[in-house]
Amino acid sequence: MTELGLVASQLFNGISLGSILLLAALGLALSFGLMNVINMAHGELLMMGGYLAYLAYRMPVGPWRLPLALLLAAAGAALFGALLELTVVRRLYGRPLDTLLATWGVSLLMQQGARSLFGPVGVEVTAPDWLAGAIPLRSIGLPGVELPLVRLFIIAVAGVVLAGLALVLTRSRWGRLVRAVQEDRDMAEALGINSRRVDLVIFMIGTGVAGLAGAALALIAPVTPTVGQSYIVYAFLVVIVGGLGSLTGTAAAALAVGLLSAWLQVFTSVSLADVLLLVVVMAFIQVRPRGIVTRLSRALEEA
Amino acid sequence: MSSNAIALEGVSAAYGQSRVVHSISLAVAPGDAATILGRNGVGKTTLLRTIVGLHPAASGRIVLDGDDVTEARAFTRARRGVGYVPQGRGVFQHLTVEENLELGLAALRGRPGGGGTVPGHVFEIFPVLDRLRGRKAGLLSGGEAQQLSIGRALVTRPRLLILDEPTEGIQPSVVQQIADALAVIRRELKVAVLLVEQYLAFAWSVGERFYVMRGGRIVMQGETAAQAPESVAHLLNI
Ligand SMILES: Nc1ncnc2c1ncn2[C@@H]1O[C@H](COP(=O)(O)OP(=O)(O)O)[C@@H](O)[C@H]1O
Ligand SMILES: [Mg+2]
Repeated sequence: MTELGLVASQLFNGISLGSILLLAALGLALSFGLMNVINMAHGELLMMGGYLAYLAYRMPVGPWRLPLALLLAAAGAALFGALLELTVVRRLYGRPLDTLLATWGVSLLMQQGARSLFGPVGVEVTAPDWLAGAIPLRSIGLPGVELPLVRLFIIAVAGVVLAGLALVLTRSRWGRLVRAVQEDRDMAEALGINSRRVDLVIFMIGTGVAGLAGAALALIAPVTPTVGQSYIVYAFLVVIVGGLGSLTGTAAAALAVGLLSAWLQVFTSVSLADVLLLVVVMAFIQVRPRGIVTRLSRALEEA
Repeated sequence: MSSNAIALEGVSAAYGQSRVVHSISLAVAPGDAATILGRNGVGKTTLLRTIVGLHPAASGRIVLDGDDVTEARAFTRARRGVGYVPQGRGVFQHLTVEENLELGLAALRGRPGGGGTVPGHVFEIFPVLDRLRGRKAGLLSGGEAQQLSIGRALVTRPRLLILDEPTEGIQPSVVQQIADALAVIRRELKVAVLLVEQYLAFAWSVGERFYVMRGGRIVMQGETAAQAPESVAHLLNI
């Protein structure tokens, strides 16, 4: 592989990692931005999506396996998210520390539940044949560089989810309700908007996307009871760097963290790369404590 | 009893252990207007937020059109006819004037003839809103934002309109427009108005009944026709 080829393949790895981080972080960013809730079980919803995809793959449904797996993972995680919101998050409203502890408890329970149901060892989901290949870049002067189709597929899924959410939030009537609640919850309520219902739906969307992330991830890595833990830390970094509650910021941050992580891994070991990544993020939030994108409303609150 | 648009029966409110509103009772009939006067910090805003449902009542009853709504969430009170114009106007800065107005339609859910579009009389009462439809609310002047806030409350088709210091920081010509608008709203729409004000002349021009608050209690009340504004000035000035 040429030097240029190495750069190209790490670039691609970075984008690929960034797209998974985006799917993992979107829900966190949405629910933190709207409800000021940090859901420590978010990673376990990703894990749950992975296992749901695994279960869907054992059903005899032929070519519909992959879409069915993605759908089941998203819907299952969203339903579980609704349950979590109604039974835990909503009851601890305005008590962020209690919410943190309670959802952390839920995350431990879910990990133990997965261990009991599926065992401590990972389960595999094999991507369908049509995603098995890779696109070689030899013809454009990059011999030895290949873009695996399955990773391209995940990038596409992340792109579609991001675009869909952006459209709904900025163009639809319901999206306008979300933005109103985010800017001034009390005023929104005083106009007849049921802000708790808006919270519930946003929370479900966020957990549903986490489930989707888990199903996508299952195509390239084994699903284990602790798979959520290994991604959630990065997802939190993405949310912090991106600025709370901003889709654009979250997307930019996911890409930045993905690229940086892939690039650091060229020079050092994986664990040292993680440490360096953390150092860079810490340096960044010294410069921009509120992330890449700061919302107008927050800027006004400060004024 | 139930002929009142709003009746408060011994309503108190607190922040944690400290009670800032003590056993307030008052009532406003449809088409009538009452003003609450008082210095900064006496509990006027807290009382209004308690009526709207954004702050819990520590005791007492809040009766809307004969129904007890003391425990009801704010959005259900809005759907039952409480319109709120908060202190500081509460417009959504990064939505346009039109989008702000359309948010008021949320209160019409489940009501006969609900949904649809912003009614034309809002633009008749506040023509400036028609001209500024597409402008971001964050770019409006104070007077324009205040008219937007009142216009938006009208979109919810209130039976009770609650306004918290609507003349604060607004130029005199707009203050007069707001007074005229409130007269139309009461007369033509039969809306009850509950106003919090520090500007005596405005309070006297709008309401027939006044209440003066001090230390979270009503310490004086009467009819604006029977008393000169000067008679309460000593309770308001330092
Ligand atoms: N969020 C709050 N937390 C604690 N105390 C508050 C809060 N808001 C207002 N207060 C206190 O309650 C009292 C009444 O405030 P407020 O209702 O805003 O008065 P007003 O509208 O008459 O100026 C004041 O002493 C104020 O300091
Ligand atoms: Mg006040």
